[in-house]
Amino acid sequence: MARFSFAAWGNDLYTGRRSYPIVAQRKRWFAIVGVLGIASIAILGFKGLELGIDFRGGTEIAVENVSSTEQGPAVQAVQDAVPGEEPRVATLGSSALRIQTTTLTPEQVSEVGRSLAGAYGIDPDEDITVSTVGPTWGSGVSMRALWGVIVFVIAAAAFMAIYFRAWRMSVAGIVSMLSDLLISAGVYALVGWEVTPSTIIGFLTILGFSLYDKMVVFDKVRENAEGVLSQTRNTYAERANLAVNQTLVRSINTSVVALLPVAGILFVGALLLGAGTLRDLSLSLFVGIAVGAASSLFLATPLDVALREREPKIAEHTARVLAARAGAEEDPEVLAAAGAGSVQLTPGQHLGHAAQPRRRRR
Amino acid sequence: MANSSTRRSRPVRTLVIFAVLTMLLPFAGLAAGTYLDGRSDDNPDGASYAPGLALDLQGGTQIILTPTTTDGSQVTSENLNEAINVIRQRIDSSGVSEAEIASQGGGNIVVGIPGRPSQATIDLVSTAAQMRFRPVLTYAQGIPMPEPSAEDGTAPEDGTAPEGGTAPEEEAGPAEEAPAEEAPAEEAPADGATQDVPEGTSPGGRSAAGPVPAPAVAAGLPADTATPSPTAPAEDAAPPADPSDMAQITPEVQAQFEALDCTDQENLVGGGGDDPNSVLVTCSQDGTTKFVLGPVEVEGTHIRNATSGLMPGPNGVTTNEWGVSLELDSTGARQFAQTSQRLYSYGQGDPRNQFAIVLDGLVVSAPGINTPINDGRAQITGSFNRDSAATLANQLSFGALPLQFDVQSQQEISATLGSEQLRNGMLAGLIGLVLVVVYSLFQYRALGLLTVASLVVAGIITYVAISLLSWGMGYRLSLPGVAGLIVAIGFTADSFIVYFERIRDELRNGRTLQFAVQRGWQRARRTIYAAKAVNLISAIILYYLAVGGVQGFAFTLGLTTVIDVAVVVWFTHPVMELIAKMRFFRDGHVASGLSRERLTMSAFKPRYVGAGRVAMPEPAATAADVNAEAEGEVPAGEPVDRSVLVGAPPSTPAVPVTDASGRRLTIAERRAAERRAAAQSAGADVPSTDGENEEGR
Repeated sequence: MARFSFAAWGNDLYTGRRSYPIVAQRKRWFAIVGVLGIASIAILGFKGLELGIDFRGGTEIAVENVSSTEQGPAVQAVQDAVPGEEPRVATLGSSALRIQTTTLTPEQVSEVGRSLAGAYGIDPDEDITVSTVGPTWGSGVSMRALWGVIVFVIAAAAFMAIYFRAWRMSVAGIVSMLSDLLISAGVYALVGWEVTPSTIIGFLTILGFSLYDKMVVFDKVRENAEGVLSQTRNTYAERANLAVNQTLVRSINTSVVALLPVAGILFVGALLLGAGTLRDLSLSLFVGIAVGAASSLFLATPLDVALREREPKIAEHTARVLAARAGAEEDPEVLAAAGAGSVQLTPGQHLGHAAQPRRRRR
Repeated sequence: MANSSTRRSRPVRTLVIFAVLTMLLPFAGLAAGTYLDGRSDDNPDGASYAPGLALDLQGGTQIILTPTTTDGSQVTSENLNEAINVIRQRIDSSGVSEAEIASQGGGNIVVGIPGRPSQATIDLVSTAAQMRFRPVLTYAQGIPMPEPSAEDGTAPEDGTAPEGGTAPEEEAGPAEEAPAEEAPAEEAPADGATQDVPEGTSPGGRSAAGPVPAPAVAAGLPADTATPSPTAPAEDAAPPADPSDMAQITPEVQAQFEALDCTDQENLVGGGGDDPNSVLVTCSQDGTTKFVLGPVEVEGTHIRNATSGLMPGPNGVTTNEWGVSLELDSTGARQFAQTSQRLYSYGQGDPRNQFAIVLDGLVVSAPGINTPINDGRAQITGSFNRDSAATLANQLSFGALPLQFDVQSQQEISATLGSEQLRNGMLAGLIGLVLVVVYSLFQYRALGLLTVASLVVAGIITYVAISLLSWGMGYRLSLPGVAGLIVAIGFTADSFIVYFERIRDELRNGRTLQFAVQRGWQRARRTIYAAKAVNLISAIILYYLAVGGVQGFAFTLGLTTVIDVAVVVWFTHPVMELIAKMRFFRDGHVASGLSRERLTMSAFKPRYVGAGRVAMPEPAATAADVNAEAEGEVPAGEPVDRSVLVGAPPSTPAVPVTDASGRRLTIAERRAAERRAAAQSAGADVPSTDGENEEGR
């Protein structure tokens, strides 16, 4: 594709010269989302999310009188005893370390203690204190966060319903946002990384981004569908399809711009740095932004069309348009082009004084 | 060129005002703050050019608290969870610092606070949460009395106490104005009342020499206007007849009361050890007044809820008086009903009319009773301002826990994330940013520079805002916060992308750049506002409902959303208006990103090209092409050699009525079309329509 030009492609999408029948093929997208959703539920059900120490609490090992406060040997010591464990190590004061891990068995604890004694030159009986540590992100915090999200979703749904003056649109937006969240959680569970507070923050960001993206796409649908009932050239579905095609360039640009920094953190973070907050956060963000941007186009708008075609006014209008077309016996190609939504005329209006030249001030 | 917009836009002026208001002024404020109130080891909350970092990035202080119950019972895990919630609430209410709070070993509470917290913060965390209501027996100025008064404890009756207005006096509610004014005439603490009025805007009890806040309690509901109960206990019945019995002031108590020096800091430390069943001699929190208090009547654990706000007046209209609304559970309401009826029966002016809110052994506030309160809903009004009302409400709602905390250890703790990790993460983010710049330059050519400049402006404003907020309200940037800012790049850039795409759409419709900018902005603006509104709603709701890290996230989201809208409205758009006048962009230079050739090379709609001529577009792709292209086989921009225009005259001999643009054809045009159709069906080779030949006729 040597001659491929993004701007020209954008032109063709805008004018409807080139059009992808995204809305018409909605059964396919619904099927894909359905399969992904069921797969996510299955993964979450069977594998589950592995909650980290912040949610479940764990074991805390305090090491005193260490010779150095290097954190590397402590991580190594824990990982020798418990492979795959990602301890959190912090320095306390000037000669003590705090190591937090998920709950360890007494055998594991004593093994960790031996390695630590070797690494730091301390007496395992005197200088190591083991205790349990409770969750910093307890059920209280989770409940508050959950309530916040529920209220936020309801408020956002109400806002969308009022702004677009169509509750079906808001339902479509919210449903696709929730499916984004489900699929992102499924992917996260599949990768099997531990859920940390950063992951939760990442998921909340996804909610925000997904809803934001749907607002932008829906606003284009709204703009295109303005006055759709007062003409008989194309149906609501066709206009919505044109809107999706017209925002395609924007959606691609936005997702690339949003994904590039996150991808940088994810790949550098995961490949070079190993585990850590950054990795958890960037994975949930990366998946969520990609899924969210795609679902605005392939799920939210088709879903909106599917729902709104049940609205009596729009159903009646669609039937009228199709009947008019059938009666006109027009060329099938013309019909196809109309179906792509490209014949979209906006009626002119009387401009009144606005058409007159303006007197220059000053 | 002041074209057709009704309000003339002045991009330069907008830009200058924007730069001054959002960048120079805040930066100057920050610089001044750094100079005057710089952050140092002694002043951890001071201003600095570097934003404060949270526990995970900077480390901080780890405090281990051991809770013990005040009533000698076992500390249960529910108690512990409750205590964790209380502490979290207290820390959150003092700013967005994202502290870490967890239980440890089943009995301790570990609190991690970023940076080096001030003593006030540590006190806030470890203050014993023990709140009780006791009846006031008597009170006096908070210094030892030089000559013991001979009276049986009603000290303020004579002239020793009132000087300096130390004796509190209840400020009557609006309905009770008359008795309050009457009181000074016959009662000694007269100037207490008069002093209270001018001090209405400052927390009386907080100022050094002022009186203890002596607010009045009014009935919570207007309907609740029960008259004083006729069955109010007689005050001089047999000893401990009721908690207000003056017989409780034994000579020892009197001596202790007289000796008490509330100016001595040691007496103001408080402590949980007071016996709920006996008399308590203590000071007010600010040390200006000392009290003799009766046994506990209502335990703080019965407080269900306390809020502060502007209080409604007697007719339900909100007055501009700050106060605290208090709600008790059913037991507390019953106890408080009895107490308030008895206290009310003493009448205004008698010290025993007041009850004391005792926190950790010290009197927080000693309001008088205006009217008996039977339903457990009380309002405390008086000399409050917004902050003091909020403080009291906070103490009341979270002071309901029968626990006290001993600070077991206090240690510095390093960042839980390695500094190396942060550095590499930042590096990764920077690489991503460079890629964003490259991509937007590739996509929008020179216009991409505007994206980059807008992002830089947004970045500067965000940086200054965060620095200011970490000075003003203790905001601390955590790693999720940093990641939120990086994601905000996507949100922010999207505003520009939406805007630019709308401008391009308008150019594709054949408008000149200036008109395209104007119309594109009108349409993009609506989308941007609507989408950002959703973000802002989510941020506000999460900020108010969630706690801890989620709250910090919501704060970052809201902040970046507001900054983003400000930048696109007051920076990107004015600059766009300016560069629309530059020849490079106006004439659509091929590198400008607004090149007409690139944007309209296959434009479908007819375009007016001047001199009464309309450029007709190239033929459209057919449905078959569309599907083929949908598979990505045919490159875009390839001239497609099909002759069918959508809505254009079909190649059947039927007479067309409209042309491609939907305009009704003239009779002559229609005849010509008929002729052409006839010729075509006769087999003559009429060249297919292309370019501009159709309208040239």
